[in-house]
Amino acid sequence: MDNKTLLEVVDLVVKYGNIEVLHRINLRVGEGEIVTILGANGAGKSTTLLTLSGLVKAGAGAIYFDRTSIHKLPAHDIVKRGIAQVPEGRRVFGTLTVQENINLGAFVCRDAAAIQKTQEWIYELFPVLAERRQQLAGTLSGGEQQMLAIGRALMSQPKILLLDEPSLGLAPLLVKAIFQTLREINASGVTIVLVEQNARAALRLAHRGYVLELGNIVLEDSSQALMANPKVQAAYLGGESTR
Amino acid sequence: MEQFFQQLTNGLAVGSIYALIALGYTMVYGVLKLINFAHSDLFTLGAYLGLTLLTSMSLTDRLGPVWGVLILAVMVMGFVALAGALLDRVAYRPLRESPRLSAVVSALGASIFLQNTVMLIYGARLLVYPSNILPKTVLHLFGLDIPLVRILVLCVSLIMMTGLYLFIQKTRIGTAIRAAAIDQGAARLMGIDVNRVILLVFMLGPSLGGAAGLMVGLYYGQVNFTMGWGYGLKAFTAAILGGIGNIPGAMVGGILLGVIEAMGAAYLSFAWKDAIAFLVLILILIVRPTGLLGERVAEKV
Repeated sequence: MDNKTLLEVVDLVVKYGNIEVLHRINLRVGEGEIVTILGANGAGKSTTLLTLSGLVKAGAGAIYFDRTSIHKLPAHDIVKRGIAQVPEGRRVFGTLTVQENINLGAFVCRDAAAIQKTQEWIYELFPVLAERRQQLAGTLSGGEQQMLAIGRALMSQPKILLLDEPSLGLAPLLVKAIFQTLREINASGVTIVLVEQNARAALRLAHRGYVLELGNIVLEDSSQALMANPKVQAAYLGGESTR
Repeated sequence: MEQFFQQLTNGLAVGSIYALIALGYTMVYGVLKLINFAHSDLFTLGAYLGLTLLTSMSLTDRLGPVWGVLILAVMVMGFVALAGALLDRVAYRPLRESPRLSAVVSALGASIFLQNTVMLIYGARLLVYPSNILPKTVLHLFGLDIPLVRILVLCVSLIMMTGLYLFIQKTRIGTAIRAAAIDQGAARLMGIDVNRVILLVFMLGPSLGGAAGLMVGLYYGQVNFTMGWGYGLKAFTAAILGGIGNIPGAMVGGILLGVIEAMGAAYLSFAWKDAIAFLVLILILIVRPTGLLGERVAEKV
């Protein structure tokens, strides 16, 4: 863990009304890493990501990105600083075309040449999107919509990409393909934070992982160590016997 | 047959005014899911501001009718856009996180406030626009006598609607407005400042509504402080008819409603023209609850 810290969450507390859903959690993401956050339904994984993006406001604690605090910034400023999110359920703009979705991803960028370059890269990563440029996003299949959501988020040329359950509702083969692409994206220099219920796939991809339970971080370790941990195996990997 | 075409052109002109106002309702509904009840009073404000600016600055005497009215229109649209922005800031933005009903009540309050402000400033009696501004020319087209003003109203409205449509469809900001209307959270994740998008919508819609008010003043020659009620209701109907939240829908709905109303007045009974317009609305909503071009199911307000 000698790489430079890109994102740091310190004693973060988040409340919905009177209900506290995150209790002083701490996270650290180094530059170039893939970090996964595992946990069951309602553990607070999505809330964590939404708070990082500024859609949910922090109740207490702090979030530092590139050593500056961002937890008080509005969501659109956070995107400008280099944090992009692929939200849960994809949330592509269904009545807009694929190309319009991609263009919106680059809303914060004004450099036309850079936008063009990023777009070419995204259409290389996901050739099927290039074929469907003029199609309405709502008519794409689930997997294609997930690709579009990832491509759209990458258009802002983020330093860090947050993904919330990209495998949700997709066929295993498709999940494999998408995770392979995430590896490529990471290799190109984008740091990744991945929230997943599909713990096995997530741990195979990630360098390190955190386990979130009822709003508390209960474990933090390298992916290999987590995969070997009997508690993780029992709770998230469906026991030792399964492959 | 002559009566048919007379009523058709008349209906098109009135309908295009409905359409301009309807755009304000539909755009605000699109991004906020809120019916801006004060929109009709911004329309009234446009009509009165037009009268004040026209008489106090004698624009048409100094610049001639074409440039005079054009500058006048730009000024009216600018002022009403500012009023719209102020309305959002004061009446709606503080309630952004509140239940939707609060914003609806605030909208009704803003409407009453604006209407009474206009009454207190200008008085409750109807005021008359100078009658020598627009040409009295009557065109003889295909054996019909059609006032030039009627054609002008239709053309100017169509130009403004086309402009808006292209802005919404082709520009970066226009796409951001559409995105915010679909999913505000996702739009914010794209780096779109949704509050600014809403502010912009509260300037675009009212500026078109204000222009419509000015046109009504110039076309019919008189204004009164309750004029927004009738036009607002018709425009709101037009927005629902076309599918609320849908911009082309508001255009189509407005023009269709104007034509239906004119035809009903001519062939059935003038006294029943409003009833006919609303009957058509009811019939269309029974067959297509989302309106003619609507995709979304209308939500309860």
